[in-house]
Amino acid sequence: MEKFGFSLTKARVIDYDANDRSIVSYILEREPSLNLCIECGCCSAACTTGNFTGFSLREIHILLKRGENDLVRQKIRKCMLCGKCILVCPRGVNTRNVVFLAKQAFTKNEGYEF
Amino acid sequence: MNPHVIVIGGGTAGMEAAGRLARAGMSVTLIEKGKDLGGHLRDWYHLFPDRRSSDEVLEYLKGQISHQNIRLLTGQQVTGFIHKGNEFTVSTGNGDTINGDALLLATGFDLFKSERKEEYGYGIYENVITSADLEAMFRKKEVKLVSGKKPERIGFLHCVGSRDEKVGNIYCSKLCCVTAVKQAIEVKKIFPASKVFCFYMDMRMGGALYEELYKEAQEKYSVGFIRGKVSEVAVNINNRLVAKVEDTLVGRPLKMELDMLVLMAGMEMSEDAVRLAKETNLQMGENRFFKPADHHFGTNMGNVNGVFYAGACTAPLNITETISHARSAVTEIVNYLNTGRK
Amino acid sequence: MKQEENTRVWRDYQKEIADDHFFYVRSCIRQSFFPGSEQFFLQLMRDVLGKDVYENPSHTTCTGIGYHGDVVPFSTIQTVVARHYALMKESGYKNVAVSCVTSFGIYTEILETWKHFPEELEKTREFLYKATGREFDLPENVAHTSDIIYKFRDEIAARAKYPLVNKLTGEPLRVVEHIGCHYSKMFPKYGVGGAEFPQVLSGMVESWGGQIVDYPERRHCCGFGFRQYLVQANRGYSLSNTVKKFSSMKPYKPDLVITNCPGCNMFMDKWQYTIKEMEGLTYGENGESIPILTYEELAGLVMGRNPWDLGLQFHMVQSEPLLRKMGIEFDPSDKFKTKDGRQMPIPENLINS
Repeated sequence: MEKFGFSLTKARVIDYDANDRSIVSYILEREPSLNLCIECGCCSAACTTGNFTGFSLREIHILLKRGENDLVRQKIRKCMLCGKCILVCPRGVNTRNVVFLAKQAFTKNEGYEF
Repeated sequence: MNPHVIVIGGGTAGMEAAGRLARAGMSVTLIEKGKDLGGHLRDWYHLFPDRRSSDEVLEYLKGQISHQNIRLLTGQQVTGFIHKGNEFTVSTGNGDTINGDALLLATGFDLFKSERKEEYGYGIYENVITSADLEAMFRKKEVKLVSGKKPERIGFLHCVGSRDEKVGNIYCSKLCCVTAVKQAIEVKKIFPASKVFCFYMDMRMGGALYEELYKEAQEKYSVGFIRGKVSEVAVNINNRLVAKVEDTLVGRPLKMELDMLVLMAGMEMSEDAVRLAKETNLQMGENRFFKPADHHFGTNMGNVNGVFYAGACTAPLNITETISHARSAVTEIVNYLNTGRK
Repeated sequence: MKQEENTRVWRDYQKEIADDHFFYVRSCIRQSFFPGSEQFFLQLMRDVLGKDVYENPSHTTCTGIGYHGDVVPFSTIQTVVARHYALMKESGYKNVAVSCVTSFGIYTEILETWKHFPEELEKTREFLYKATGREFDLPENVAHTSDIIYKFRDEIAARAKYPLVNKLTGEPLRVVEHIGCHYSKMFPKYGVGGAEFPQVLSGMVESWGGQIVDYPERRHCCGFGFRQYLVQANRGYSLSNTVKKFSSMKPYKPDLVITNCPGCNMFMDKWQYTIKEMEGLTYGENGESIPILTYEELAGLVMGRNPWDLGLQFHMVQSEPLLRKMGIEFDPSDKFKTKDGRQMPIPENLINS
């Protein structure tokens, strides 16, 4: 940077093959309803947290499936676990349990404390 | 003498209509350009939504046309027709002419030629195949990579040649979404350990039991759905395909390796029918399919009195709809012939 | 890649390339960065192939860098291009041969504009007449000079002294071809082979005995841009795109890269120095960098011209590893000598040298 006055930009691309999907595998084994998400966003619209922060459960679902774990780890702390998302989901995804299991997986696999 | 109806096209619509017309007391000539009847159905393996074997439907259609009032002309290409008053004269490639009282066009569709979407490398990259190629593999019970190996990750790319101004088709071919889901399930049944993804712009699952099939694909087969149209396919040093797509619901580009990519080829008005329409002044819509006289009450008629349409020459239709459309064409033809041909 | 099928694709995109009598328009930056390229093009055309190639001393920049850098308006660049057509008319030529891909894109874009918006053509005629008193005709044939070399590739192959073969292994050289975006991405029908699988450079490489590397980011832009690199703080974006390409081609161990665009050539050459300095990264074999050549330079090497006459020493990445693979004899002591034999200063820290 000092020498040239500019530096490399990190690619925004989701590199599916380089990513680790152990967290989502852990969740899907215990909560297969996550597969049923059709990304309608109803959970995010109903979400207490999502109305005041950038938290979106819909986005969390995709990020988990793509293995973008760094983003998920940081974002799911915001969930208040109120459960309104489960009430509105048209596909019957147990959304609240997905958050629980994600936290569990991060703790078990990575020793991460929430 | 019985009125004589000439049916052009021996696929699902033509066979169903010919059989019904014959049983309604008409004398029928069924002209097919290929040497066999059955059209695209012959190339298909299972049909959605219940995965019925397409051979079963073929058997049904063959039963429909086994009637003494039906004369079959296979291997004959219709080159044009003229009409004088209420009489039609159809000419074929080998110089024959056939006279009739009404004409039913059941000329069907052509599959979009996927090599026209050059960025996907169909015909260039091994293991980029079309939905029709995959059905042929299903029929032969030989789904495999060119190397002979089992695919571990398979992608289905929706809307190839549909909803795409670049190839001149702004319409939706309507059947490809459900076909992709059906084929994804078939592939997962053959390779349970594989991972299957559908790349879609919108999931258009509007038919009876389609949404249920979609849910089954997610629930039983863990098929992944990524909203985004693949922009480019390449091959990496391990000879695996690399697809570039935007994961539009994350808002970021995504790069994924695949062993096999299936292009869901859309439906286009058949080239032969376009030629016939131009030569005989039959109107085509903006989508190039035959333009119906009325979108609600006249989808079996066009702009020439006595010429009727049945099936996918009017719009992309599935087998169920094609059969219904053929039956309604029969009703219209019988009505036309019985009520003074107006 | 199935070669016969690849051939089918580019056969759909065969453009008409004039055979003789060219009005030659040079590139702004090629003359400084790759000075041997245009010179060799003229020698080849005139002295070897016996063609008539005319240069008009009143020719100027097409102002493409300013146009794409958002400082030259479209009506201005149309008038500048119209002036070049006027020079061509005055000199009695009808076929324009464009050295630069940016210019080629601009010449093509303007002709297409005039086709679809004839009022723009009339306006341009008026502007040019009022400003200079000149009048112009539309060219009969517009070719990029890589199109022309492509057209005569087999004539070059017939005169090959050093085919694109690794003398040490007997294997064909692994060549990455990179096509400038404005060659055919704007108008696929005006590029040999279209936009997805252009044939213009790969056709030369195959004719001269090399093997084309088909790597995942083959169709990706080099990242050059115009505004993007003009502002220093933004250059990381440009660099990152080039790095993306190099990372993608690295596993194939390419022996060289051939380009047909001045910008691509300059950046793929100079960014290799930058990224090496910045991150310590190199993309060739054995920690070397990959020589980036123009198609004229490569044609010259194949035909046995002295690499220093072709100007290879003025690249950031030096070509010695490639010259050794091709078995080309060269005298290192001549590298930085003037035509009359005087020694020029020798740059320090030359890459690959």
